[in-house]
Amino acid sequence: MPFGNTHNNFKLNYKVEEEFPDLSKHNNHMAKVLTKEIYGKLRDKQTPSGYTLDDVIQTGVDNPGHPFIMTVGCVAGDEESYEVFKDLLDPVISDRHGGYKPTDKHKTDLNHENLKGGDDLDPNYVLSSRVRTGRSIKGFTLPPHNSRGERRIIERLSIEALNSLDGEFKGKYYPLNTMTDAEQEQLIADHFLFDKPVSPLLTCAGMARDWPDGRGIWHNENKTFLVWVNEEDHLRVISMQKGGNMREVFRRFCVGLQKIEEIFKKHNRGFMWNEHLGYILTCPSNLGTGLRGGVHVKLSKLSTHPKFEEILTRLRLQKRGTGGVDTASVGGVFDISNADRLGSSEVEQVQLVVDGVKLMVEMEKKLEKGESIDSMIPAQK
Amino acid sequence: KSTNFYKHMDSDKMVKLTLKRLSAEDEYPDLSQHNNYMAKVLTQDMYKKLRERATPSGFTIDGVIQTGVDNPGHPFIMTVGCVAGDEETYEVFKDLLDPVIEDRHGGYKPTDKHKTDLNSGNLKGGDDLDPNYVLSSRVRTGRSIRGFSLPPHCSRGERRAVEKLSIEALASLSGDLKGKYYALKNMTDAEQQQLIDDHFLFDKPVSPLLLASGMARDWPDARGIWHNDNKTFLVWVNEEDHLRVISMQKGGNMKEVFTRFCTGLTKIESLFKERSHEFMWNEHLGYVLTCPSNLGTGLRAGVHVKLPNLSKNTKFEEVLKKLRLQKRGTGGVDTAAVGGVFDISNADRLGFSEVELVQMVVDGVKLLVDMEKRLEKGQSIDDLMPAQK
Repeated sequence: MPFGNTHNNFKLNYKVEEEFPDLSKHNNHMAKVLTKEIYGKLRDKQTPSGYTLDDVIQTGVDNPGHPFIMTVGCVAGDEESYEVFKDLLDPVISDRHGGYKPTDKHKTDLNHENLKGGDDLDPNYVLSSRVRTGRSIKGFTLPPHNSRGERRIIERLSIEALNSLDGEFKGKYYPLNTMTDAEQEQLIADHFLFDKPVSPLLTCAGMARDWPDGRGIWHNENKTFLVWVNEEDHLRVISMQKGGNMREVFRRFCVGLQKIEEIFKKHNRGFMWNEHLGYILTCPSNLGTGLRGGVHVKLSKLSTHPKFEEILTRLRLQKRGTGGVDTASVGGVFDISNADRLGSSEVEQVQLVVDGVKLMVEMEKKLEKGESIDSMIPAQK
Repeated sequence: KSTNFYKHMDSDKMVKLTLKRLSAEDEYPDLSQHNNYMAKVLTQDMYKKLRERATPSGFTIDGVIQTGVDNPGHPFIMTVGCVAGDEETYEVFKDLLDPVIEDRHGGYKPTDKHKTDLNSGNLKGGDDLDPNYVLSSRVRTGRSIRGFSLPPHCSRGERRAVEKLSIEALASLSGDLKGKYYALKNMTDAEQQQLIDDHFLFDKPVSPLLLASGMARDWPDARGIWHNDNKTFLVWVNEEDHLRVISMQKGGNMKEVFTRFCTGLTKIESLFKERSHEFMWNEHLGYVLTCPSNLGTGLRAGVHVKLPNLSKNTKFEEVLKKLRLQKRGTGGVDTAAVGGVFDISNADRLGFSEVELVQMVVDGVKLLVDMEKRLEKGQSIDDLMPAQK
């Protein structure tokens, strides 16, 4: 990236100990893994586009983390980062993705028909359903590292591809730099717009450079399918609607995603993907499917039950507040989504959400009637 | 034997094609919403020429301008919008920085020479500003240690080396200047709050102007503050510059503040020289610092002064301008005045010596206080209006 010591030609004159970051107060995946030895081995390496180890780890050095939340603390600057810096990233990936090994293979399944059920989550409890993922366009560097020129080309290619969508996917692109305040407020209220980059996790990795140049949001007329361009990834693709018909949300997600991929392929562009890591994205936590399928669901009784956390863990689900990651829940409404990204397919992950949420709503109903849920506690999935 | 999962990347050619350098036009920033000195000066042609260069330490034009691209500015405040990553930045990127310097420093030309005068004996008066009005007096400057890159660009190793050298030099100060170093990463919250209350501690880096240029990387590693036992002389290490040196005390004895400033600064410089290090300085730009606005003396001498009547007078801004002074709120740059108390300091940095700048503050503040006293008595200040300095 342009700022920082990426191409500081003097830093290799200093010994490893002198350059090695102070990680004594740190609690993130990078800090757990990075030793002086690994740092010493990798510090003079760079990817073909010039990304270095210091770039990979800067966000984790600058953001020590939180005693209870484990952030990843490192990012990729391009597809090759995952190869050149594998001595750091393989253990981080293994730690973050439940023991995923460097020799493991990841399967992709975007055939929505393979999902069983999911069209009947009780809308009295399940207020909305959403599936998102990310995609990186092969041949370009990633948001922590890319130049203005690259970012603009990604935007242009994305607009061309999205503008050729039709039927239920017909829509419009709103570049961030010409958006009015009113449009912006509406998009935020619709839960569409991505954050202005104030999170130090993003800003320290250089992802907010040149904001809002090359950034924008595209959505279809129905406001059920949208794409973020050049935020934390080249593309973030989102399908969403009110109510509990996750099946429909996932159908639209898969169909739309595949249409977009076809259009890119027609122009000799592909998405970054390999059989080990699945879809390649900026943050190691999003490798694999990059998929977060979730619902906003009313669980006021269940959420105060002592076994709530345990149930979520067994169902391989996670909870967030309704503002997204790191927000608090409001009025007993939680954002419940799959915890996994890598090592299971899209269909498998959405299946876990559908089955898990169905169970939790039944538990909520039982608790409302003052009945016990002990017999319903699931086995570890 | 490891499996190469990247075999499928048959698209080597395609990857290379895309990574082939994009044109200057593709890369030139969108400065249409911008109002800072960099945006006023940087044309596409200039960008095209300068992107082919790097300083010996590897700093590039994108590094110089990133903060100005990310911070379009304010309609009323002109920020600089560019920084140096090392001493050579001012030479390698002179096509951009010379016009920025000229615009920011009142027409200072590439051929002009700057004079340095740190002989406090040359200051006339300054020991008798009325303490009923002048609550405190302060002089600060910055210094860069030659041979190291600057805060936007330096590595952790370089930054730590700067810290180590600074601690060694400061530890040998004695007498009135004897003091102690507080590394930021070991500071307790209580120590930190005390230092903030004393107006000593520098901001945690939240300003987007600093963050966008990379100066907050690895915080708080190798950052710290040193001050003497009397709390009248202090040094910030590795904030926006390698060193910021500050002399301050309550009341209006600017002469004493400036004398301590010059003595301390000169002593520190000789301690560095004893260790075979010197400050970045040349006869055109004076002391070389990270922000082009601080070139020359890098000096801001100011007072906190009560001017409730004068500050409401329609001629206040004009008087300041004629005196070559600027006002700030008492929290520093970009803060508001509280209770009619203003921070009044020299507006210039480059093209005048240290003594000349402090003289302007001393003479100017004396006049402002006289004006305030007149207005308190309901009298006119018309006959006191100064000529343009």
